[in-house]
Amino acid sequence: MQDQTMDSKTHDRLMKGLLYFALGLLAVASFFPFYLMIINSTRTGVEISRSFSVIPRGHLVENYKQLIKYVDIPRGIFNSILVSVPATLLTAYFSALTAYGLAFYKFKANKVVFGAILVFMMIPGQLSLIGFYQLCTKLHLVNTYIPLIVPAVASPGTVFFLRQYALSTVQTTLIEAARIDGAPELYTFHRIIFPILSPGIATMGIMTFIGNWNSYLLPMIILNKTDKFTLPVMVSTLRSATDLQQNQGATYLAVAISVIPIVLVFSFFSRYIISSISAGAVKG
Amino acid sequence: MGKQKRLNSYNRWGYAFVLPFTVVFLIFSVYPVLRTLHLSFTDLKVMGKAHWIGLANYSRVIHDKFFWRALWNTIRIWSVNIVLQLGLAFLLMMVFSDVKYKMKGLGFFRVVYYFPNLIAATSVAFLFKTLLDWRYGSFNIIISNITKLFGASYQPIDWIGNGNVVPYVIAVIQSWMWFGNSFIMLMAGVQGIPRDYYEAAAIDGAGRWTVFGRITLPLLRPIMMYVAITSLIGGLQMFDLPFLTVLPSANAYGRVQTVMMYLYRFGFTAGSINTGYASAVAYMLFLIILAVSLIQLYLFRDKDARSEKSQRRPKQKATSEGR
Repeated sequence: MQDQTMDSKTHDRLMKGLLYFALGLLAVASFFPFYLMIINSTRTGVEISRSFSVIPRGHLVENYKQLIKYVDIPRGIFNSILVSVPATLLTAYFSALTAYGLAFYKFKANKVVFGAILVFMMIPGQLSLIGFYQLCTKLHLVNTYIPLIVPAVASPGTVFFLRQYALSTVQTTLIEAARIDGAPELYTFHRIIFPILSPGIATMGIMTFIGNWNSYLLPMIILNKTDKFTLPVMVSTLRSATDLQQNQGATYLAVAISVIPIVLVFSFFSRYIISSISAGAVKG
Repeated sequence: MGKQKRLNSYNRWGYAFVLPFTVVFLIFSVYPVLRTLHLSFTDLKVMGKAHWIGLANYSRVIHDKFFWRALWNTIRIWSVNIVLQLGLAFLLMMVFSDVKYKMKGLGFFRVVYYFPNLIAATSVAFLFKTLLDWRYGSFNIIISNITKLFGASYQPIDWIGNGNVVPYVIAVIQSWMWFGNSFIMLMAGVQGIPRDYYEAAAIDGAGRWTVFGRITLPLLRPIMMYVAITSLIGGLQMFDLPFLTVLPSANAYGRVQTVMMYLYRFGFTAGSINTGYASAVAYMLFLIILAVSLIQLYLFRDKDARSEKSQRRPKQKATSEGR
């Protein structure tokens, strides 16, 4: 009897150890390509093609000099910030405003707007792509950042999420109390409602920022001047620079630089990101 | 009476709050969708006048074998991807929800596994294109080192250039990017299951496999459906990864061209622009996605009805309507 329990205990311990090992292996698989990318960005093209190594070398600066002969990476980062930050702020502010309006005000168009939001959440983005481009041509918005920033004001998915969030966190009595105190409606929104909604806004805002930062198809279609390119578009132009591909070190460095900002955002906000995915699964 | 009047004057503010959204929404979302629909019935090329040609574009889409080829490519890449992605997420979920082992470190592993999903598909495509290069890529060098260790020789595989291999390579990369996301969603589902069920099962002396098969699995089915269907809707629009991994001039291109890449070719590639036709392709893809969504709705309804019939099973949690 005693022996048996001892046996099954060691068996369990062994199994658990194996499972942790497998989990660790998978974690390595998730990170290893990025690790290799960082290592290879410090090695020369010749070194990379001759042998494989996990130890960094000292050619980072050379690779960087090589790289900026082809693409203006700092410019790309600047452009990406110029697009992603305003677009995210617009989405955050106007989605909260719209969500609050839809959740707590009774007016005729309320149901129509909310219905349209539900419909457009189902409609895939590609459906509007061609009409969107035609519109931008007509309004002379091609090669400007306006088509990448202004549409962020209307983000149906975010409004939907924040409306549900507002309904579950904001008390009607709070709004009434503010009205009795004679607070203007907009003041109430800015000073009382917005802070209450801010955890929800932060969650959606981070996802919006990552989406904007990584966006490729739309910027590629709208922008055709090199000095306007956002980072993903800029990185993608490297694929046709064949002589650069001889120097893989510079290529790896380009990808590494494009990844860094997202890694920073993630390391600060991973909790919010995980919770927003979980919310998507459970609440739907 | 007076109060009602005041309330109405407050409620009028609702219009002001919704106005900026509505204006931008009409201009940049509603109009483009309707404009695309309109263009799909015309012969607009790049510029110039559009003439109404009825359903001619749609009939051309239906009769174009390259469109169906692209759809087949898309579905093939997606299918391989979803099996790997969901399979892996499922195994991980089993490990972390096991009542006997009670594995630790969920928070850490969740973050690590999700990490590849954050990186732009452009960067991922570029990274793997370089890693998998058949001559200079680190991947083949690693394999060749390992085979040398065992005294065997290795004929380098052209992961990107070989049309028979590259669709599966893209599928694997895609699942590598998304398994963490699916895992988080499945775990959210597990954590949503009331603790009482597990406690009751423990009191009844149910073993771990009984608990898994009778409680966890049935209650997770809706979420797994949801993950699969949203993945399919996203997968049908796959573009960045295959587009950036394989150059249009490469032989393998025909094997990885997805519907979105097909649309891009007619919509935006200089030399072959046919705006009307591309619009029709967009709406064909929309119809396919719509059909998929309707099937999803049908399957959910079926599930709910069945679970109500069998009283013994714990009632299903309302999971993912809408969205």
